[in-house]
Amino acid sequence: MSYSVTDPSLRQKWGAGILVITYALITLLPLVWIVATGFKSPADSIAYPPKIVFQPSLEGYVNLFTTQTRASEETLKALGEPTTWYDKIVRAKNMMIAGPSRFPERFFNSVIIGFGSTFFAIVLGTAAAYAFSRFRVPLKDDLLFFILSTRMMPPIAVAIPIFLMFRHLGLSDTHAGMILLYTAVNLSLSVWLINGFIDEIPIEYEEAALIDGYTRFQAFYKVVLPQAATGIASTAIFCLIFAWNEYAFAVLLTSGNAQTAPPFIPTIIGVGGQDWPAVAAGATLFLLPVMIFTILLRKHLLRGITFGAVRK
Amino acid sequence: MSRKVIDHAAQATPPAVAHRIRGLSDRAIAWIFVAPTIVLLLAINVFPLIWTVWLSFTNYRVNRPNKEVEFIGLRNYERILTDSDTWLTMQATAHFLVWTIVLQVLIGFSLAYSINKKFKGNDLWTTIIVLPMMLSPAVVGNFWTFLYQPQIGLFNYVIAFITGVDPSSFSMIGEVSLAPWAIVIVDTWMWTPFVMLICLAGLRSIPDSIYEAAECDRASKWRQFWTITIPMVLPFLMLAVLFRGIENFKMFDLVVQLTGGGPGSVTELTSINLKREAFEKWRTGFASAYAVILFVTVFGLASIYVKALNRVKAR
Repeated sequence: MSYSVTDPSLRQKWGAGILVITYALITLLPLVWIVATGFKSPADSIAYPPKIVFQPSLEGYVNLFTTQTRASEETLKALGEPTTWYDKIVRAKNMMIAGPSRFPERFFNSVIIGFGSTFFAIVLGTAAAYAFSRFRVPLKDDLLFFILSTRMMPPIAVAIPIFLMFRHLGLSDTHAGMILLYTAVNLSLSVWLINGFIDEIPIEYEEAALIDGYTRFQAFYKVVLPQAATGIASTAIFCLIFAWNEYAFAVLLTSGNAQTAPPFIPTIIGVGGQDWPAVAAGATLFLLPVMIFTILLRKHLLRGITFGAVRK
Repeated sequence: MSRKVIDHAAQATPPAVAHRIRGLSDRAIAWIFVAPTIVLLLAINVFPLIWTVWLSFTNYRVNRPNKEVEFIGLRNYERILTDSDTWLTMQATAHFLVWTIVLQVLIGFSLAYSINKKFKGNDLWTTIIVLPMMLSPAVVGNFWTFLYQPQIGLFNYVIAFITGVDPSSFSMIGEVSLAPWAIVIVDTWMWTPFVMLICLAGLRSIPDSIYEAAECDRASKWRQFWTITIPMVLPFLMLAVLFRGIENFKMFDLVVQLTGGGPGSVTELTSINLKREAFEKWRTGFASAYAVILFVTVFGLASIYVKALNRVKAR
């Protein structure tokens, strides 16, 4: 093994490791608590001292997916024995299931709006980034800075005229309106990041293709796109995560039809005060996909986090 | 060989389309590629911005559409700048900004410095630290109100366990003296990894050869840290501060879910104040003027900062 003077000593490695791992465990605690609370009964969730060992229960998830009404003993008797496991959980507290909750709808809205806006942001962003990278676009630097500067605006500040505009155009509380809005917000990210990725592909590849008789379009999608694919994919994940997490526009511009999950989850209320297991169950289902994505794709995400400002 | 590729490509593309595309000049393609982005940004960003500026000179109220819109000049601006509430809001924002940035830079840099010691498994632990910043601030902020509950909340329990105070004796989000710190803590938990990642990129950009040369010159580790590590990481660190500064100046989702601006208005940051004026009191013209002031502030501060950053980079 080669030895270098710049290699940290074993003792330094141990010290550094202990510090980082301690911080990581502290940071993880609230997230573990969210997942755990989702599987607690309401009584366990507000027990003092906070329960670390508890009897797992699916009551939170049942409450999340159903609406329930209180029923008298006669009504419950008339209904007969509960037929399903979730019926059993609800009946045990003298309630009956009145119907499904709005959570699946809101979750599905998040999926449609997230993927829809990501798709458009990537298509438009890739085209613009390619043009910025390869052609002489007049006022290129100014345009790029303008695109970046649209991100400095507080969302609430733009929300006022967008609110008015959407009302005029009939786009308030529609999926199309939210997709359009998130596409515009994500464009700055996608243009900047993809521009960086395309800049790194040697221009000689395309020149060779052009000399071989390819048209610009062919050179673009047969030479450049495959080379930039990984970068574009990681940009797409960033756009998706942004749209998935966005709250300010969603809470101001949607109320029912197109409402996404982030404004919905905090409004989940139980019979007496906030139903924390149900909130935690909703949060778990909503946050877990992002956590898994992050862990699986960690190698590719670093650059997106730093907005392409920091090159590898 | 190349002939074959062209034939193949020609077969794949219908002749009419191929001909039309082949006929386009690079200039035309450039415009076709850039135009949709510019048009969309003009429609969703620039047009609303211009509209906001126009509204800021009027007394328009969204909830009274029949009332005639009057042009009142700079009166909205005058009212905002002389209002003592605005300055309280600015103070709350400044407190939040300064402390989140200080804590995130200190913790973020220490973590990056440690991770850069390349101990076994550092990759996995880095990913775990990064998790909070990838999550929805509104959903996470909402759950933190549960962690902050007096007595039953996990946060209070842990603090009580460490310090020995009664866990029901304090309420992080209910007390005027603690609430500003409650939002600082959650933001730091969430966004320290961002500063950490940028610092890490900075540390990894320093070539080993510089340290080797310093080692030959018998410079102490302490001296190497202050004369090599810090100056080389500084531009990255400043960039991280810029991004966090802009983001936290706009802060809305996390804090609105955590405290809603309360108790009273001690955590009412500018964006929350703006939301109240625009969407609860419906003072559209007034709120628009407020929005313009905020935008000019962010933009102005960011421009000055970028100039300073470029000077550091050039050094």
